[in-house]
Amino acid sequence: MTAAAIRLSPSDNVAVACRNLSPGETIAVEGTALAITEKVDLGHKIALSSLKTGNKIIKYGMPIGSATADVPAGGWVHMHNMQSDYIPAHLRDAAGDHS
Amino acid sequence: MNAITRNAMIPNDGTPNDWTMTGWLRADGRKGIRDAIVVVYLVECAHHVARRIVDKIDDPRVQLIGFPGCYPNDYALAMMKALTTHPNVGGVVLLSLGCESFNREALAVNARAEGRPVETVVIQQVGGTGPAIAAGMAAVERVRAEADARARRVPMAMSELVIGTICGGSDGTSGITGNPAVGRAFDTLIDAGAACIFEETGEMIGCEGHMASRAATPDVADALIASVHKAEIYYRAMGYGSFAPGNAEGGLSSQEEKSAGAYAKSGSRPIDGVIDPAELVPGPGLYLLDVVPPGDPKFGFPNIVDNAEIGELMASGAHINLFVTGRGSVVGSAISPVVKICANPDTYRRMADDMDVDAGRILEGRGSLDEVGAEIVDLITAVANGAQTKSEALGHSEFILTYKASAPARPSECR
Repeated sequence: MTAAAIRLSPSDNVAVACRNLSPGETIAVEGTALAITEKVDLGHKIALSSLKTGNKIIKYGMPIGSATADVPAGGWVHMHNMQSDYIPAHLRDAAGDHS
Repeated sequence: MNAITRNAMIPNDGTPNDWTMTGWLRADGRKGIRDAIVVVYLVECAHHVARRIVDKIDDPRVQLIGFPGCYPNDYALAMMKALTTHPNVGGVVLLSLGCESFNREALAVNARAEGRPVETVVIQQVGGTGPAIAAGMAAVERVRAEADARARRVPMAMSELVIGTICGGSDGTSGITGNPAVGRAFDTLIDAGAACIFEETGEMIGCEGHMASRAATPDVADALIASVHKAEIYYRAMGYGSFAPGNAEGGLSSQEEKSAGAYAKSGSRPIDGVIDPAELVPGPGLYLLDVVPPGDPKFGFPNIVDNAEIGELMASGAHINLFVTGRGSVVGSAISPVVKICANPDTYRRMADDMDVDAGRILEGRGSLDEVGAEIVDLITAVANGAQTKSEALGHSEFILTYKASAPARPSECR
């Protein structure tokens, strides 16, 4: 069976779509059912659990930004509801930005 | 017909899964997985003669490397010293025009001290192109025979391997299939005692905090952050764009997400140190190769093309380099075999003859990251034992070395 989405690291709260996903379909990610709530294209991210504004988005086991809006489980995670935590001026003390 | 099949006189009793290998023992105790004879042009003016010698000899084991510039460069000399004494190299023939600045004597002395047969042909001394080609061919024959006479084939363990990784021709699949699969392979290799090297600090911008959290010591953490900071300043001065619209269309939402895709090649083990170009990896474990030179930008981009990065990984001791590609690179390398890991299943189908590993199958449910990672480790063992990579079989042996500013010596506690 073709995987619809893959989680890259055990601590990730998003999965990556392996094909274009449509609202209404239910996929399995590592055996857990996930109802897709909106269109998610190949290579884009899906929330594996509901995310609150300010939550870190975890992919590859590391933060890739923070949610700027609440995202339901099965929702599309992209620039409309998350943003980079990375500000070049913070580079010098970036070690303190991550736990 | 490559060096290994001709020289594989010691039977390999092991199966691929027990990681038993046979290598060439070198004077410094390192072991090689190939026994290349390198023909080295020391200035562009000697390039044609050197290439003609290699073409006429027509032995995949005899490979062309070189440096084009007439002006001296400490980095280029250090790189060439490292490459001519790489464990995969058994002998050296230097091709000099005669008036260039490259210190051919220092290069020859260094390689001889490391037990390599070395001959030098100076075109202006032997009487021009024709005589130099004849002299060079005779020199290659002697050096190859001497290398065979000196060859010592010995058992080699996974812990004696150095493996590098780069990505090139990347697309949206690289960061979700090929790169994390290499990361899984790196974890296995490091647990078995190997040394692994990742690089391209310019593609780590946004990952420095996470990298620092993996540092083996606080000094290494500082060095990791400093290397990315330096890269950011350097690339900004070079006008290098960071996050392109195409990245967002492919599903990437932030600079750190894009960087994380490249950084995934490094796996999950502690980072034991930061090394500079032409610096040998100091021991087992995981190392970041800091490719960006110090100070203001000088001589252009740190590495102008993938093979320049491969050259630096080799100079740090890499026996094999894992090359993740999405769009489909075809290159190989002189000296150290390149294992091409194709992240995109469509590209794989289109260019299968150039690809060693079909990592894109993960996207189609035909394998997991762990399975592809294990396949990469098995393939490394097979290649170390003489199996040809796709690029070797196709005759790829690219090489490029250009000018770079040398890094000052790094405090040993940062390594």
